[in-house]
Amino acid sequence: MSDITKQSLTELVENIKNKKLSSTDVTKAFIDRSEKSEELNAYITNDFTSAIDKAKKFDQKPNLDLKLPGIPMAVKDLFCTKNIKTTAGSKILNNFVPTYESTVTENIWNEGAILLGKLNCDEFAMGSSNETSFFGNVQNPIDKNLVPGGSSGGSASAVAAQLTPITIGTDTGGSIRQPASFTGIVGLKPTYGSCSRYGIVAFASSLDQAGPMAQNVKDCALLHEVISSYDPKDSTSVNFKRNHYSKELTNDIKRKKIGIPKEYRVDGMPKEIEDLWQKGIQYIKDCGAETVDISLPNTSYALPTYYIVAPAEASSNLARYDGVKYGFRAKGENLIDMYEKTRSEGFGAEVQRRIMIGTYVLSSGYYDAYYLKAQKVRKLIKNDFDEAYKKVDAILTPSTPSSAFKIGEKTNDPVSMYLNDIFTVPVNLAGLPGISIPAGHDSNGYPLGLQIIGKAFDEQNILNIAYAMEEKINFKNKITDWWIK
Amino acid sequence: MSKKDSEYLINRKDNQYEVVIGLEVHAQVLSESKLFSTSATKFGAEPNTQVSLVDAAFPGMLPVINEFCVKQAIKTGIGLNAKINKRSVFDRKNYFYADLPQGYQISQFKDPIVGEGKVILDMPNGQKEVGIERLHLEQDAGKSIHDLDPQNTFVDLNRSGVALMEIVSKPDLRSPDEVNAYIKKLRSIMRYLGTCDGNMQEGSLRADVNVSVRPKGSKEFGTRCEIKNVNSIKFMQMAIEYEANRQVDLMEEGKTIDQETRLFDTKKNETRSMRSKEDAHDYRYFPDPDLLPLEVSEKFIEELRNDIPELPDDKKRRFIEEFKLSAYEANILVSDIDTAKYFEEVITKMGKNKDIKLAVNWITGELFAILNSKGLEISQSPVSAKNFAILINLIKNGTISGKIAKTVFELMIDGDKDPQKIIEEKGLKQQSDPKALEALIDKIINDNREKAIEYKQGKEKLFGFFVGQAMKASGGKANPQLINEILKKKL
Repeated sequence: MSDITKQSLTELVENIKNKKLSSTDVTKAFIDRSEKSEELNAYITNDFTSAIDKAKKFDQKPNLDLKLPGIPMAVKDLFCTKNIKTTAGSKILNNFVPTYESTVTENIWNEGAILLGKLNCDEFAMGSSNETSFFGNVQNPIDKNLVPGGSSGGSASAVAAQLTPITIGTDTGGSIRQPASFTGIVGLKPTYGSCSRYGIVAFASSLDQAGPMAQNVKDCALLHEVISSYDPKDSTSVNFKRNHYSKELTNDIKRKKIGIPKEYRVDGMPKEIEDLWQKGIQYIKDCGAETVDISLPNTSYALPTYYIVAPAEASSNLARYDGVKYGFRAKGENLIDMYEKTRSEGFGAEVQRRIMIGTYVLSSGYYDAYYLKAQKVRKLIKNDFDEAYKKVDAILTPSTPSSAFKIGEKTNDPVSMYLNDIFTVPVNLAGLPGISIPAGHDSNGYPLGLQIIGKAFDEQNILNIAYAMEEKINFKNKITDWWIK
Repeated sequence: MSKKDSEYLINRKDNQYEVVIGLEVHAQVLSESKLFSTSATKFGAEPNTQVSLVDAAFPGMLPVINEFCVKQAIKTGIGLNAKINKRSVFDRKNYFYADLPQGYQISQFKDPIVGEGKVILDMPNGQKEVGIERLHLEQDAGKSIHDLDPQNTFVDLNRSGVALMEIVSKPDLRSPDEVNAYIKKLRSIMRYLGTCDGNMQEGSLRADVNVSVRPKGSKEFGTRCEIKNVNSIKFMQMAIEYEANRQVDLMEEGKTIDQETRLFDTKKNETRSMRSKEDAHDYRYFPDPDLLPLEVSEKFIEELRNDIPELPDDKKRRFIEEFKLSAYEANILVSDIDTAKYFEEVITKMGKNKDIKLAVNWITGELFAILNSKGLEISQSPVSAKNFAILINLIKNGTISGKIAKTVFELMIDGDKDPQKIIEEKGLKQQSDPKALEALIDKIINDNREKAIEYKQGKEKLFGFFVGQAMKASGGKANPQLINEILKKKL
């Protein structure tokens, strides 16, 4: 079957369950395509040999009651995987092999999935273009010159290019939704506390969430159902009753009220983004739901708030990479010298920039003006959403203020790079779920995404809205396989 | 230095200075596992054998609060008569060091688990109240070992993540003696509660000592210096004495005292500057985003309150009332929980017709002497409370004399022997048969006729001679009271 990799997760699961395909067939097909796609640089580490062994083993005694029976998949290299190198896209962890498994990946393997390898990402998930990775930038399968977005750039590229049927990313300020939007796929950032952070290399603890990335909404719902679990090993994990998201998925969203926040109409936003948003509003109406104009007055403070809170937490979270216990160590004259050399050589420029910012905003004399103030504003941003949700069930916005930009276009202008997260960061600051779905193309044929933001723990609702809209949008990604010789 | 009115003052020419001391005591929580991980906390284990992935700060590892340690901290707070905060927050204290794997210590900064409280000290000139500012929970760091290799430092992470209670006093202490009493009182309370073993040799209890001086009568505080990490009461006292005199000398010379952190050099018996206020670390405290604020209910606290045993102050009051002990005796018996336990067990085992005073004298006399000479704690006493009680009763009912009892006690030590058996085997029972004693005394008087005459003529000192002869002849077993009576009659 030559078109195995074109199948959705749902189709693959069905074909394996019906014994039309074996896990070995599927695994080999994705490995084959991954091997032909090295130019995309989506993988940091592959585990193809043992993936085939695992697939064969699965086929000998297939457990077809599992949710991901013998399904191969690659994951972002921010998830610790037992006995498989985990780098977080950084030189400082280039030799790091965990002896433990993250809860999210553990959940995935427990449902029968098979690890293909570890996917490229921005260093410590800090970036919006996958250009900060120590392992080089990732190419967007849409066009050779485009970034795939970030930080889950390798994950987005791999799903869009069909190197893996589904994947998981992490989203601290948009790292799932923005690359999903740039590559024409679906990406869900769950409610904070929905997926365990145990075993995920931390960037900003109060914002980080793992989430599914897939070709379509149904696949995304199924994967979310697998990865979301209460985990006592993560003190911020929330013990709530989780849905069977894929089973309960419905396109009936009649009479739902969808908010359209006026503050997301930002200065300098390209007309095609505005047009896409208007089309989205029309789709909503076509589905029988209604739109309501709402206000999220503190939206403009979200980006500066995020760029205080996230670096502050990161500066502390990354202190453990000091060359003492594991990872890269540079030789030094003494302890301080060793620290300085290890961290100067081990971290890239963007990570160092954020450590500096974070250290600054937490330092005595500046703490109140920056970190404490940012926490207060963060509360106001959350209050905006709480207020809005008294009137609406969900909120519709564009995912990003532009389509994918060119490789190298923004590397020397960090602020313009940060502006890319303008529609996604408020969702992380408020701890809410958000999903990006492909909704159209710009004049170059590059994909554009729409974001649906939900109430806390109301993933089912935004998945349903996305599912209903997906049907109306009928999006087709324009991928030519240009990288395959 | 003057100790007039038992006040501790430092004298210089015309000036007298008062010393103001505040302590930050670090007490290791008595717990099988660490504050945020399930690793063991046993003292003296092989290096790096009690280290989990969380303790070593591996990527993606997260702290999970140990509920038992929270309970221990709250119980300690209750023992310090302190306010228990229903909501407290864990913060990160950021600094780099090789034995601090996370690059930060999880501690409590703005919102500690326990607020203001107080402890009462029994000083020779009366009671003294010392205010407690706060108690908070925090992680211990690992240990850097610099002397195993000329080039390298080794790191042992067994201590990394062990739960500590930092107990901060108000600047209410005024002398090394008060510091001694304060530390002993804290230790005593925590040992009663079972929240800290108080073992200073093993580092379970250590303190940062804040010292300042001011002219006697002044209400304002002087500039303080903090002496870091002192691990014995003796060193604390020596450090305070040195530091207070150093500061007074500076004041006398018209110089200013710099606020700084100092180290106490136990070999040279002096403190020296470690870092100035300007060089002080900027710890960049902020709430740990991996942990939610710690919230405890009134019910949770009440259940712990109901679980609090009788504490030293209450026990002392009861001993004085119930057993008619002096305050001094009661203090000695309650200050250490194991002594109090031993004493109470002896009292119980002694049964109805008991001589409590005699028991107290024997515990604080003979028993303490033996323990001291053997370097043992009372919990390791070679004589059980049961046999000890039997011995006291044997003295009380006249079976043996106090002198013989000492011999018996010596023999009991070897294998916690029953004193009755020893007396039987060695034939040490007191001779209280008046007829036998009369015969014995008749013989002595007969053998010493001349001395007997001298006595009758008024040389009364010779009475002792006859007592001695009688005791000697009986092999020390004669009932001394009876001997006295018979001699008086016969002579």
